[in-house]
Order: sequence, then C-alpha cells, then structure tokens
Amino acid sequence: MSTIADRLIEDEGLRRGVSRLTPEKIEKVFKELIAGECGARLKTYVESCVRCGMCAKACHYYMSHKDPSYTPVAKVSQTMWRLLAAGGRVEPQVIYECAQVAYTECNLCRRCIHYCPLGIDTGYIISVVRRLCHKLGVTPQYIQDTAHSHSAVLNQMWVKDDEWPDTLQWQEEEAREEFPGLRIPLDVEGADFMYSVIAPEPKFRTQLIYQAAAIFNAAGLNWTMPATPGWDNSNMAMFTGDSEIMSRVERAHYETAQRLRVKRIVMGECGHAFRAVYDVANRWLGWKWHPVPVVHSVEFFWELIQQGRIKITHKYADPVTIHDPCNIIRGRGLMDKLREVTHFLCENVVEMSPNREHNYCCCAGGGVINCGPPFKNVRIVGNSIKAEQLRATGVHTLVAPCHNCHGGLEDIISKFGLGMHTKFLGDLIYELMEKPEAE
Amino acid sequence: MSFAQSWDFTPGARVVVDDLGKCSREYEWLEEPYVSPDGETVARVAALPDAEFSMAVGGEVWEETFDKIWYPRFSPDGRLTALVQSAGEWTMAVDGQAWETQFGYIWGTLFSESGDVIAAPIQADGQYGLAVDGQPWETLYENANQVLLSRDGKATAAVIQAKSLAQADIETFQQGIFSVAVNGEAWDAVFVNCWNPAFDATASRVAATVRRTLYDYTIAVDGKAWDGAYACAWGPVFNPATGQVAAPVRKAGAWGMAIDDRMAWEPRFAQLWQQAYTPDGGKLAAIAAVKFGEFTVVVDGAPWGVTFPVVTDLTVSPVGGRIAALGNAHNTDFAVLCDGKVWPGRYDMAWPPVWSPDGAHLAVAVERGGRFTVVCDGKAYPQSFDKCFAPAFSPDGTKVLIRAVADNKLHRIVAPVAAFTG
Amino acid sequence: MHALYDLAVGPLAWLAFGVFIIGSVYRLLAMRALALRKDGAFVAYVSWPHAFKSLAHWFTPFGALGWRENPGVTIATFIFHICLFLVPLFLMGHIVLFDTFRGWSWPALPDGAADVLAIVVVVICAYFLWRRLSVPEVRFVTSAQDVLVVSLVGLTFLTGVLAYHRIGDNLVLTTLHILSGEAMLVAIPFTRLSHMLFGVFSRGYIASEFGSVRHAKDW
Repeated sequence: MSTIADRLIEDEGLRRGVSRLTPEKIEKVFKELIAGECGARLKTYVESCVRCGMCAKACHYYMSHKDPSYTPVAKVSQTMWRLLAAGGRVEPQVIYECAQVAYTECNLCRRCIHYCPLGIDTGYIISVVRRLCHKLGVTPQYIQDTAHSHSAVLNQMWVKDDEWPDTLQWQEEEAREEFPGLRIPLDVEGADFMYSVIAPEPKFRTQLIYQAAAIFNAAGLNWTMPATPGWDNSNMAMFTGDSEIMSRVERAHYETAQRLRVKRIVMGECGHAFRAVYDVANRWLGWKWHPVPVVHSVEFFWELIQQGRIKITHKYADPVTIHDPCNIIRGRGLMDKLREVTHFLCENVVEMSPNREHNYCCCAGGGVINCGPPFKNVRIVGNSIKAEQLRATGVHTLVAPCHNCHGGLEDIISKFGLGMHTKFLGDLIYELMEKPEAE
Repeated sequence: MSFAQSWDFTPGARVVVDDLGKCSREYEWLEEPYVSPDGETVARVAALPDAEFSMAVGGEVWEETFDKIWYPRFSPDGRLTALVQSAGEWTMAVDGQAWETQFGYIWGTLFSESGDVIAAPIQADGQYGLAVDGQPWETLYENANQVLLSRDGKATAAVIQAKSLAQADIETFQQGIFSVAVNGEAWDAVFVNCWNPAFDATASRVAATVRRTLYDYTIAVDGKAWDGAYACAWGPVFNPATGQVAAPVRKAGAWGMAIDDRMAWEPRFAQLWQQAYTPDGGKLAAIAAVKFGEFTVVVDGAPWGVTFPVVTDLTVSPVGGRIAALGNAHNTDFAVLCDGKVWPGRYDMAWPPVWSPDGAHLAVAVERGGRFTVVCDGKAYPQSFDKCFAPAFSPDGTKVLIRAVADNKLHRIVAPVAAFTG
Repeated sequence: MHALYDLAVGPLAWLAFGVFIIGSVYRLLAMRALALRKDGAFVAYVSWPHAFKSLAHWFTPFGALGWRENPGVTIATFIFHICLFLVPLFLMGHIVLFDTFRGWSWPALPDGAADVLAIVVVVICAYFLWRRLSVPEVRFVTSAQDVLVVSLVGLTFLTGVLAYHRIGDNLVLTTLHILSGEAMLVAIPFTRLSHMLFGVFSRGYIASEFGSVRHAKDW
C-alpha cells in the first residue's frame, strides 16, 4: 500500500526546515508540545479510536483517489500516532512527511465528524501536527510567507498601512461614477457595523469592495471600514500552527471594532477568516464568545433581504447551484440562510448532493491553497469527487460565498472542463440590484 | 497651561451651532461632524460640486479646496487637521493651511499631549517614515508602521523594515529585517518582528516587543533585548517614575507580568494586556482574564472581585492612583468599573472613561436605546441627546463639559458635578 | 485444571471486576481532571442538550451520515454491541453464578435466544477481523492491538458457546471462557475498548461545539 512517503513533493520551506532538525530536537519539541498544550481531547481521540475505517468515505481526498492512505484515520496514523509511538524521536524526514500530510492533504473541513461514531475531531489532531511542524520550523514556503506578512503588517498580503485606505478611496471614487454620493466611510466611530475583508480584496479583487460599498450604499446603511491595521480578517497563521501570530491578528481586528464603537463586525464572503474570528482566535485570547458580535456576509445579506433593503430588478435566470463552504456551514450553520438568499436572487436553484452540513470541501481551505504552486495539483486531483458532484448538477453557475472555495473550485472547473463559473452572493446582488439610471 | 484653562466653564447650556447642516457654499453632502475639544465649533468634510472637497467649520468652508480630504481631527489645542490631496499628492492641512511638503500618502494623524506638535506617518516615493509639523524624517524606510509621537511631542518612533525582502523569501525574513527607528534613526539591532514601541516619560528611551525567532518573544529597550525568552509577549510600558519596563508575557500557557525581565506577577492569567502605570509610577494596572472568558482589572497583581466577559478601556487618573475601565457582555450591557466597584447603570455602548484633572471625578459618555448622555461618578446627566462626544472636566475638576448633538444642533453644556443626578 | 477454574471464578473474578470498575472510574475522573486543566477553552462549551440530541442520532441505526454511508458496518456494529451487553448480563448461567456467590438474581434471557445472540457475536467478530485484514482502508490503520482486542472478545464468546454446547473439554473451555472474559473486563479501561468509557463524552463534546457554537448538526 502506498503511503505519504511515496508522494513527497519538493517544497523549499519544508526542505530547509527539516535540514535543521535532528531526532533529539524533534523529540524535545514534541514532548514539550504534548506536555504543554495537549490534554484530554488528544488523549481521548488517540486512545479510543477503534480504527474502524468508517471515516474513509468522509474525505474528498480518499473519495477521489480511493487510496487508503488518504483516509482521515490514515492521515492521523501517518502523523500523530507515528509520533506518539516513537515518543517524538523520529528522523527529520518523518517530519517532512507529517508536514505534507497536515498542510496539504487535510483541509480541516471537519466532514469526518459526521462519520465517526465517537466524534473524533481529526481536524483538531491535524492542527496539533501543524502546530508541531510550526514549532519545528517545517512549514510550506508560501503559507509561511503569508504568516510572516500577518506578523509584520497584520494582513495576509504585505499590504502597507497607506495602501489600504488609498485603495478604499480609489474604489470609492470609482464607485461614485456609477453611484453619485457613494461613500466608503473610513474610521467612523459609532457606526452600526465595521465591514472587514481579507487582504486579497484590496490586493487583487477590489471589485468586491466596490460591490459591497454599492450594496450598503443602496441599502442606506450606517457602516464603516477601519483606516488602520485590524481591517484584515484573514488568518493563515491559524493554519500554519502559529497561534501567537493568529491571535495578534485577531486581537487587532477585535480591538479595532471596539475602538470604533460599532455594534457588530460584518465580514466579507470568506470562510477561513470567519473560522479564525468566530471560532478559534477568540478562545486563544481568552474570550469565550465574541467581544464584538461577528456576522458573515451570507447572514448579513439575509438580514438585508428580510428588511427589504435589497431591491433587485429581476432574478438571475440561468440555473445555479450552491456550494456550502465548510467554515460557515459546518462552522456556523448558515445553510438555510444561504439558500434563502440564493432563492431570492435566482430563478432556478439546483441542489448538489450531498449538500448542507454534508457538503464536500472545495479542497482549497484549511490553508491548502495557500501552500502555493508546489501543491496545486494535490488539491485538484484530490477533489475529482467534487468535480463529479458539480458536473452532475448540469448547471453553469456556481454560487460559493467563500474566497478559498472560489480559488479551489475554479481550479477544479478548469482542470475537469466543467464549463462553470463561480459567483459570490455579492456578485449576484450587485448584478441584479437597482442602480441609478446611467446619464 | 493647558488649553482647557482658556475654555468657557461658566455653568449653563448654549446652542453653539444652530444648524449642523449649515454650509457657506453649495454642497453635495456633509460628512460626520467632529466637535472641537472646547465644544465651540463643529467641523465636517464638505463634498462640493465638481468633485471638490473641503472642511466646513461651523458652517464656513475653508478657502482652499482639495481633490480628496479625509480624517478630520481636532488637535488638543483646538486646531483642525485634515489629510488632503491635490493633483495626486497628499499632505496635512491645519486650519485650512496645507503643509508645504507633499507626500505620496499620509494617514493616522498624531498629536502631542498639549497639541502643539502634529505628526503623521507618510509615504514618499514608496519610502516610509513620519513627518512632524510638515518635516519628514531624513531617512525613510521600505516600510514603517506602528508609529508613535511622544507625549511631549519631542520624539517620534516607528517599527521599520531595515532590509529588503524578495517575494516569498522566508529565509531572509527569519534572519530578521525589522527594527525600530526613533526620530528616523534605526536601532542597530534587527529582529524577526518588532511591535508596539513605547516611549518612556521623557521620550529618551523606547521599548518594544520583539520576536528573535518565530518562537522567542521578548522585550527590547533601545535595541537591546532582554535575556528572557517568552512564548508570547504584548506591548511594553515604562514606569514613569523608575523607568522600569513592564510587559505581559506568556509562559507555560498562561500570562504574567514581567518587569525588567523578571516575573513580577506570576503567569496565572488566561489573558493579560493593556497595562498602565499610574503617573507617579506607584501602581501598575492591567486588564486580565482570571479564568477563560472572565475578565477583570488587576492592580499590582491582585484582581478586582468582579468579572465581565469583556473588559476594555483601562484608564488611570492623572493623580490619586485611581483606575477605571469598561466591562461588557459581548458588546452589550456596558458597565463602568471604577476602583474595583461597578456603577449601577448598564448601557448599549460606553466610551472611554475620562478623569478629572484632580482624579476626584470620572465621566463617561454612554448610549442606551439610541440616546446619549454623560454619566459622572455613576450618575447620569438628566438630559439625553442624539449623540454625545467625549466629556471634559474643568481644570479645577468641579464642572463637566458636555458636547452633544440634538435636533441637528450642537449643544455645549457646562454642568457642575452636582448636576448629575440620574 | 480445577484449581485454575477455582482461581478464575474466585480471586481472579474479584480482581477483574475490581480492575474494571476502579480502573474505569479512575480513567474517567483522570480524564475529566485533565480536560479541566488543559482544555478549559473547549470544555467551556459543553452543552448537554446538544450532546443528548446528537447522541440520540448516533445511537439510532442509520441516524447519522457515517452510519448511512457504511451500512454493513452499521448493522454489524449495532447488533454486535447490543449482543455484547445483553448476553453476558442476561445469560442464565451468569445469573446463577451471581445468585450462588452473592445471592443476586434477575430475569434471564431464554437459553436458546442467548445462544443465538452469542453465536452472532462470534460471527460479527469474525467479520470485524476479516475487515481488518481485507478492507484496505481498515488494514492500513490496523495494529496488533486491534486484532488482539477483537480476538479477545471473539474468544470469550466462542468459548462460551462451545462450553454451552458441550463441545470439547468442558472444564478447559469454561475456564478459558472465564479467563478471557476477565481479560476483556480488565482491558476495557486500558485499551481501545476504552471507547466504551469515553465514546459518549467525545461525541457529546463535539456535539456541543457543533450545537452551541457552530449551530450545525454533527450527525
């Protein structure tokens, strides 16, 4: 049977990382990690897993390859069990293998929780493996660079302090051509909500900021975007295993909202960012719930529709299907609201199967797409099951309210020739909304 | 003499601007009102026809107009600043006068405590630094952020990028490319990261949190790092009396307070941050989580007896060693905490507490059900408004200046502390 | 052999029950203490209403996605676990022993029914062993301990069935039956069989996270 050792991929970050390791160093760091940070969850999961293999069908990698080394339990057996069995004293090459499994062959999508009768959270175990790899300095180059960016400028894309407000002002100016008097209100204290986005928006996808501003403007909302760092809600440090930087980023995000005295944070259409803000970093920072309530765009659009604040001229005519992003469906239960919004906007919605909490992951999430070009093919061929699922819908438009899902799905669509295009809800609302008459 | 000593503290209420929408020129729209510290006037960005922008101050539009204008802020001495762009170049305008030097971009205006010095981070030709009263640092850097201006206005500092970094070059990054520049001059030492630089009381020393490797956090003072390595650390502060440096540090999964690299408060907190010394250096207070999800204020290592899901805005009195903060439950039910006690009122939102100069009284702007007022020593001013700005005390500490908007008018109320009866 | 039999039904039985009960209680309490000490930011979300709702689904055959997608394992698992509890607890032969030694008695299953159920356990153990060795995704993660614990359960029931049907040397088989049953009891707190102790808590915890934080079902 093949194992991770049979499919290693060269990555500068992993290669250089393991070159500095010795079995003694690995053992020391591993033991400190287990003693310092791991408790009853890891112990229970490792002890009580009965190795039944029921989780195999949960994982899109396994369903795509039908190779037993890709099942959730196999990923744990090739990493954590192996390390535990050796007391952490392993050759550096083993850490290379662990890192490749943990960073590029598991999206932390948590679908396997629906398969394991014992409720074992494989995503958590893989996160511990990532934490170890981070502490050993064995992380894929591209995602590590992103974590460096988070540490230096508190955003994912090395966006400097001036580039952010400058970009917003530029988008505001552009949008005023279409919507006279439109504002992107910067740093307005006491606004109803702070809108936060991920750094790829100002860097590559400014259209999304434009669209959000157009929608909020048309809805007559009292909103603001911060002019300071703390505006980026994304968090790749969460996925490299650098909890300290993860939390520094989210502390800035929450404190920015607190400083602006907003009632809520509304987050753009991103899944992993939502996970970081809503479910992960708040805990590390000591807040049980959210110091400022956090609302994902799907839910926010749903609210606006309920309040009659989004007015569309017509419905989207072509049939669409819905991709349920793990981090806001399994991570926040927004499946019904996502459907209500989509049905409000579209004439014909064709469900894919399985869907809702049982959806297959896009295979880009969990930081996998951020590991960059060396691993691109891993996540594309590792998700042929998603391609089959998409093809079976027979539609050409795919609604996916998550950035990483877009990236992953577009790669799959192109590789498998599915002839589809992906849309954010914001794309659809902007396209369909009432706009001022062009002069 | 502080600027407040020249303000009118005659008790009574005045309408100082009878129509906030008043504007001396035709306009497309007026943006959020900013009220001067003395409460005598209001400034709004005015969008004029033909995509021109300026500031309307008390309804009078500055003579000069700009292509863009943002971030209007009053300095503590009452001057109005705004960041302005003309012909693609940015600078600061102070009371309608633009600085002569222009920049690629300017943001984040800073003021000295008395307001006599105005500074801002700038970018010029892709290089970064600070400009003080229009004068940029002699040396600019590939990046500069986390900027600060000392209280006396004599010094500026920022975290700077000392070396270039190629795309996705994780190796160079981990060798260290960041440092701190003071008045434009960088420390000799470079670190993997530098964060939260802070001046001492006389602006002669700077401390910052640094990361020597991806895992080794510590504090550096004037470029020299402590020996101790910590799992994480938040920003440091100087003791204004002794010059000691205190910073929350993480050890064995819990937070404690290190002073000059020694554990002063043992690591037993789930969180510890926003520490502040009283001005005499006698007490050190911080916000802490005594358990997961239970925050309070800790003074000299001893937690207050009351916890909230969230605590923010720790504020120390100018004299008297008193401490206040805000508690809330996930951004609702705001309460004011003062010297370990909780005031009875609960609010939808509260603004940072303001101490009287003698430390005898505490005032807080609060909002409930969309109506604003000011609470002083636990008692509300009997009138509510559409919006209240930060309250201020008279220099003798006996009267409170309330700056408020109601019915599209700017109200200026000077109320004796005894007038707060609610 | 008689001496061994006497040892097995006497001191060893005491020992086995003692280790099983004290060991289980100790493991549960120790794990709870560990959770409170090290997993505070997670234990804080435990919500029993969500846990019970989820457990109801997982204790229902085909009540969760994992069960529906693995129908063979599901049927085998449910029948196996039901029989695993029913047969030892309600077998006339066992109740008689308790009656004789301790004076405790309770209703028994008809002998014929118990016999069939015991044979079913043996057959399912064989099925589990076959899966371990033949189904690739199971074989990939199977270790000696996994084979051992299934074999131990299978052996206990097989020797019981053989002894009941008087196949082979009755004394040897009965003694073997008792010893393997005792070994199984002792193994519960300290091997994979500890899923009997921890399973409802690990599922209940994740159900709490899904229910109270993530507002999504976990079945």
